[in-house]
Amino acid sequence: MSRILTRRRFLIGATMTASALGLSGCDALVESDRTKSVLKIAEGLSMKTQRFLLGDNALAREFTEADLSPVFRANGTSMPDNPQYLDWMNRQFSTWKLEIGGLVERPMQLSLADLKALPARTQITRHDCVEGWSAIGKWTGVPLGALLKTVGLKPEARYIVFHCADEYEKSLDGSGWYYESIDLVDAFHPQTILAHTMNGRDLEVAHGAPLRLRVERQLGYKQAKYLTRIEAVADLGRLYGGNGGFWEDRGYEWYAGI
Amino acid sequence: MATIDAGAATGRTVIYRHSLLVRLSHWVNVLCMTVLLFSGLQIFNAHPSLYWGQYGADNDPSFISMEAVQDGDKAKGLTRVGSLTFNTTGFLGLSEVDGEAAARGFPDWLTIPSYQDLASGRRWHFFFAWLFVINGFIYLAYGLLSRHFRRDLLPARNELTPAHIRHEIVNHARLRFPKGPEARHYNTLQKLTYVAVIFLLLPLMVLTGLTMSPGFNAVAPWLLDVFGGRQSARTIHFLTAFSLTAFVVVHVAMVILSGVFNNLRSMITGYYAIEQEDKK
Repeated sequence: MSRILTRRRFLIGATMTASALGLSGCDALVESDRTKSVLKIAEGLSMKTQRFLLGDNALAREFTEADLSPVFRANGTSMPDNPQYLDWMNRQFSTWKLEIGGLVERPMQLSLADLKALPARTQITRHDCVEGWSAIGKWTGVPLGALLKTVGLKPEARYIVFHCADEYEKSLDGSGWYYESIDLVDAFHPQTILAHTMNGRDLEVAHGAPLRLRVERQLGYKQAKYLTRIEAVADLGRLYGGNGGFWEDRGYEWYAGI
Repeated sequence: MATIDAGAATGRTVIYRHSLLVRLSHWVNVLCMTVLLFSGLQIFNAHPSLYWGQYGADNDPSFISMEAVQDGDKAKGLTRVGSLTFNTTGFLGLSEVDGEAAARGFPDWLTIPSYQDLASGRRWHFFFAWLFVINGFIYLAYGLLSRHFRRDLLPARNELTPAHIRHEIVNHARLRFPKGPEARHYNTLQKLTYVAVIFLLLPLMVLTGLTMSPGFNAVAPWLLDVFGGRQSARTIHFLTAFSLTAFVVVHVAMVILSGVFNNLRSMITGYYAIEQEDKK
């Protein structure tokens, strides 16, 4: 690009910014793509710093039964309304299956009974919503790392994607289905489990029955509910909005450790 | 501090008061704290209730909360602090957005962006939090190495006597500011305030902010014990931000009352004029 064009672009940008500041305060600046890409630097910095300080396996704090929230607030979808889910629910999830596929050596399907028969981990941890509130719950489930070892990740697999049975935002193009993703550091973290039991009882529908993800060093929106399919992928760009999650496609950080 | 004698005839002495690094870090800090406050209020608005302890959500007792409630055919905004409830319609809990009443903690003219958008609020907050922390570390390193803290901010023993402090408070209340040799240095109230802001309130903001991060909790779980839990840390973060805002209001008022041009010039160019005591 020639110097003149660059300068002109700069002038246009500067004028637009100035007029925007005059017209509607900071909102136009907030909505500018360039601003957004500059602000994104902070997410990478937070993730790199936290991972450096954490190592891969530092644990989230675990609490005692005495610390449990009397009422654990349900958030997001509390009752998926699609016929497939309702059918599973009406049969107590006996016909529901979890699919594990994508870049794996041995794809598999597991019923709820299969999952409950596997060795489980129980942890009492704090759930932090991005809005600011927290609730403490007791989760029991299968360590994701053990399942991934069973199916065997292909060498090119970099992320684990969680597909869910709730369409959180109704849309014609299907972009409103809930999904989430984590990298392999979090996927193999000892506290990352697929929880089928909460506070000693089967997971309730409001909390993601029959199976939800717990990835304890990140915020609530990463804890995907109503899991149906787990997919190992090499990159996140081709899924839905390309940012690795329902809320990530709507501006939130993919790395939700802060 | 270098002295440039402007001559006895004018009765003024111009001194070099603020080093380049102090001036730069001051203005970077102004920018950071401004954005952090208003984006922080945006984040607060996503859940305008504060709790004490490890957990806290809608069904748990809150310590401070803002909400909109229906009162007959009209809605009103209520702010609760402990057992006290205040009607704050139009400002907190319920305020107008584009001419329509909307349920929101703080009004649109106090949040970045003005409309409800938690994702953007967080992006702005964390970007400027990083800038603030980097700027703060540079300032702290400089302050220690250049002896700025010891020379300019550490009160001398004789400044800390009750009689001296009482004398300064009386002078401040009468808006009688130091002249002559005394004006070469920060007075004791200034020193104590700056020390409290630099070494107590600002670090408290960073630490309580980090204590709200589930990732950082795994790095430093002891912070949860220091502040009594994530929700306590969130409450302290809010109250400390409130204290810093109060500091800025008083700070700016003092800047204006004690000679706005001279003060601003000293924080921009570094040079500060001192009037001789006997000339007044």
